Amino acid sequence: MNAIGKIVPPDLEADGTGAVAIAARGLGRHYGAHRAVDGLDFTLDAGTTLALIGHNGAGKTTLMKLILGLIRPTVGSLKVLGVEPAHAALEHRRQIGFLPENVAFHDELTGKQTLRFYAKLKRAPRKQCSELLERVGLAFAAHRRVKTYSKGMRQRLGLAQALLGEPRLLLLDEPTTGLDPASRAEFFQIMHELSDRGATVIISSHILTELEAKTDLVAIMNTGHLAAFGPLDMLRRQADLPVRITVATPDGPAAVLAAVGGLVQRAVAGEDARSLQLYVHVEDKLETLAKLTALGDAVADLDIARPGLDEIYRHFSPDAAKAAGDEA
Amino acid sequence: MNAILTIAGKEISDGMRNRWVLGATLLLAGLAFALTFLGSAPTGELGVKPLAVVVVSLASLTIFLMPLIALLISYDAIVGEVERGCMLLLLTYPVTRRQILLGKFIGHVAILAIATLIGYGGAGVAMAFGDKGDAQSWQAFATLIASSILLGAAFVALAYWISASVRERGTAAGISIGLWLAFVVIYDVLLMGLLVASKGWISDQVFPWLLLANPADVYRLLNLTAFDNVRQFSGMAGLSEQAHFAPLALIAALLFWIGVPLALANWKFARSES
Repeated sequence: MNAIGKIVPPDLEADGTGAVAIAARGLGRHYGAHRAVDGLDFTLDAGTTLALIGHNGAGKTTLMKLILGLIRPTVGSLKVLGVEPAHAALEHRRQIGFLPENVAFHDELTGKQTLRFYAKLKRAPRKQCSELLERVGLAFAAHRRVKTYSKGMRQRLGLAQALLGEPRLLLLDEPTTGLDPASRAEFFQIMHELSDRGATVIISSHILTELEAKTDLVAIMNTGHLAAFGPLDMLRRQADLPVRITVATPDGPAAVLAAVGGLVQRAVAGEDARSLQLYVHVEDKLETLAKLTALGDAVADLDIARPGLDEIYRHFSPDAAKAAGDEA
Repeated sequence: MNAILTIAGKEISDGMRNRWVLGATLLLAGLAFALTFLGSAPTGELGVKPLAVVVVSLASLTIFLMPLIALLISYDAIVGEVERGCMLLLLTYPVTRRQILLGKFIGHVAILAIATLIGYGGAGVAMAFGDKGDAQSWQAFATLIASSILLGAAFVALAYWISASVRERGTAAGISIGLWLAFVVIYDVLLMGLLVASKGWISDQVFPWLLLANPADVYRLLNLTAFDNVRQFSGMAGLSEQAHFAPLALIAALLFWIGVPLALANWKFARSES
């Protein structure tokens, strides 16, 4: 496995009024010999969005529960908005919104009643309920019982609930599972609005591609550890993955291989020998392209793909990638 | 306090919507009316107090029904919500586990109280129009209503203790049924067997305390032996000489049977992580 991503030193002096939303230092949660979360060191600035990626069982939900204060760390320390979440006053929870994985509500209540119940507990203004139902696109079903809601509608109600009281920290556990592409886009739209207003958002997923370029930072978890943490571009550089150039070769691959063979790390010919995939180091990309275009008719077309989140994830989390790929 | 009332209010409106309140009220009202009007026919001519007879019959039936209704509405109060995932979300709100438990308790007991007050109270109003019964019988009737709610509350608390201690809803349901059988049916049979087998040596000192060890028997003692004119019809005259507790002591015993299981449920719930 490659070097762990550059870790920002945790700022334990964070007092909650400053710029640090979450600071973890040596954070771990062990269940006997099983280390659900182990040795996490990271700092998350207020107003940033973080994608938390990992296969099922990588520790994403455990980390969220730690941040929420539902469970206590067994080792290390954690500060959320300046306080230790497991020992924080109840008031602290008013600043946090949470959408659990597979959110469940009481079937007999209507959407509006459900939201009012949570608003009362959070002491959020009553008028926010209608506004939020409008915002997540559920106003039309506000007076229908939750049991008539589709999976996507429940998820939207779950988001509305998480947004009550304008939280400073929003935790969304696998929020887009079961949503259609249009709903997903709206979901990310809302997430960005919140982030623009200064809220910190953590969104977890095991479907990697949908999160690409949607967040400021990416954290990759693997068997309870933080395998990588940073902006996507930084992880891309660290992973040092080759660029993939797909070349259409109507006359066969021989001419192309002869021209650029010295530059490519790996070449894979298509089954009909009319296309060729070249894996090139980032620094050799331009030179390779120049040589390819100089070949004239031997190259009919070419397509360049930068390594995506999927490949980067696979790189940082080799054992887990397969499992996650199966589920996605 | 506000959080407790919010949760209690939701529990009540849940009960209204899923027809628990309606079902329990109709059941209790049906029984009370049936016993009131069937009960007065054969005894009226003999000049006895029909209201006292109604109290005896109602109390005997309540012992079976009230614990069952109470256990049914509350056995999954905690484990059910944990299983469905509602509890995880609720616990991230500014509300403590104790507030959740107390809120639910108030809500569930309120559902039982509504059903009892309407069901039995309605029958009482009907009897009042017939102008039968003296002051003491009415006092016994009021005690019946109040203690029925307390009996229900005791079994709600017991159900919470079960619900906070198990991991699966099905287990909670099984243990609840077992608990009902044990307290309502088996306990008395065993006690009787013990009395017969022991040929008397167990009786005077221990027996009354064994009755206090079962909330259903506490309720029985309170309703069937506390008032003279009820006692005549209860067939408990002999028993009441052995187990003579003041009504207030019996009410205290019922309160004990509410408080202790509730405290245990709170302790279990506080220790669990979800």
